[in-house]
Amino acid sequence: MLDSPGPETAVIESVLVANRGEIARRVIATARRMGIRAVAVYSEADAGLPFVREADEAVLIGPPPPARSYLDAGAILRAARETGARAVHPGYGFLSENGLFAQAVIDAGLAWVGPPPAAIEQMGDKISARNLMAEAGVPVAAGTAEPVRDAAEAEAAAAFIGYPVMVKAAAGGGGIGMSAAAGPEQLAAAFETARSRAERFFGNPAILLERYVAPARHVEVQILGLPGRVLALGERDCSVQRRHQKVAEETPSPGVGPGLRARMMEAAVRAGEAVGYLGAGTVEFLVDARTGDFTFLEMNTRLQVEHPVTEMVTGIDLVEQQLRIAAGRDISFDPDDVLAQGHAIELRVYAEDPNRFLPSPGTITGWAEPSGEGIRVDAGYEAGNQVTPFYDPLLAKLCVWGADRDEALRRARDAVASFRITGLKTNLPFHMDLLDSEEFSDGGYDTLVVTRLRP
Amino acid sequence: MVGPPGGRAGEGEEQRVAEVRAEMVANVWKVVTAEGAEVSDGATLVILESMKMEIPVLAEEPGTVTKLAVAEGDIVQEGDLIAIIE
Repeated sequence: MLDSPGPETAVIESVLVANRGEIARRVIATARRMGIRAVAVYSEADAGLPFVREADEAVLIGPPPPARSYLDAGAILRAARETGARAVHPGYGFLSENGLFAQAVIDAGLAWVGPPPAAIEQMGDKISARNLMAEAGVPVAAGTAEPVRDAAEAEAAAAFIGYPVMVKAAAGGGGIGMSAAAGPEQLAAAFETARSRAERFFGNPAILLERYVAPARHVEVQILGLPGRVLALGERDCSVQRRHQKVAEETPSPGVGPGLRARMMEAAVRAGEAVGYLGAGTVEFLVDARTGDFTFLEMNTRLQVEHPVTEMVTGIDLVEQQLRIAAGRDISFDPDDVLAQGHAIELRVYAEDPNRFLPSPGTITGWAEPSGEGIRVDAGYEAGNQVTPFYDPLLAKLCVWGADRDEALRRARDAVASFRITGLKTNLPFHMDLLDSEEFSDGGYDTLVVTRLRP
Repeated sequence: MVGPPGGRAGEGEEQRVAEVRAEMVANVWKVVTAEGAEVSDGATLVILESMKMEIPVLAEEPGTVTKLAVAEGDIVQEGDLIAIIE
């Protein structure tokens, strides 16, 4: 290294954002506000997107397929070297939960804006994470403590756990590689589906079984690991899902009362402490809608897509805290004086048809965002941009704050009604139906709400 | 295994020709079938991938794959020919 990082240089002066679309743009905005030079990397498909233009410097790293650009660790590290970037922020998805990449960043003498690579590895395997959490006193669902090797083993395990069961890829994430079985007659098929996806998508055939809870709410806790202390910054309800992928989130959760909230915060802090967590992370739980019991689902060792709702009620910029922690600086707020105010809802605006939720790539011919009090739009695109089939369908996150849930809902309806995107199909009409539905507006919904709205 | 394509004379007088086309812009992620293969109704021909979603393209009737117009890694546009089944 040319200069040894002393106390003065511990402040990061530049950061490379190893991501794209709305999250790259969002990280770049905070970095620039903090006076940190922001370096973007982009694929040939993304040259015209706002995040490339808004960075201080942008480096083309490869062709459109993710494996040859945003997942190409070598190309990203080369870009960091060429631009003199001092830190790497991975965003979410892509290389964000790749412990080897995190280690390679550190080995290159750069600051990794994320948790220690060992924490990523420990939480990356659902079986080891489950066992670790159980040891740490975090509630886990009845399930298997070791990989299930074949359908016969799965059947024996399921008989012991009790139906219905969820069959999951140990290395899975993003809802991929999960399959439910209501009874023994569905188990072999669920096992084969999960295993083939586990191999195909994650290169790891390990499978686990867990008791399937229904009706359930999917509630997660935002944590922030500081040296010697883990903070819990409230929960987010992520029960509105299609294909096990989130579509809308809100905080606070209408299904979580003060007692349950306190227990979940405490469990999330224990989960973070068990892996020596540093920086922003999320502990996901499944809450049994009937009993109010909750169990650990997984931990996301990175910034979460839906982090803005937490920012809107707490007034804390989570990306700023990430960058401060990575630089060895103090956080910007008093950890003993965090007050959540009001209610926030995020609606994920996807390029997909609003009925069957099938992908709808294309060219955006018109784009007019809502604005006004309590409205925040984190968008990855603008008019004239091409939405390609290479990446996820997220166009923008429409986030709305209100003094209470009713006000947030009213503002959300107005915002959805005035959001104009033309040239391709979006799920905005679905969001209007969701906001208008009795189930969502009265707050009593669970993870099957989308299935009921779109049978 | 796929046999040599020759020697088909006299076959298929009554067979219909079905063109299978792409429903959206997508990458051809996996080619499951091959030219000359016999496929049943509902069999997966290729798996497209668009926006991180797998979209299997299925045979809508049984027959022989007489033409396979895509290869793994290709990008198809909406309406592009994927396969012909006779």
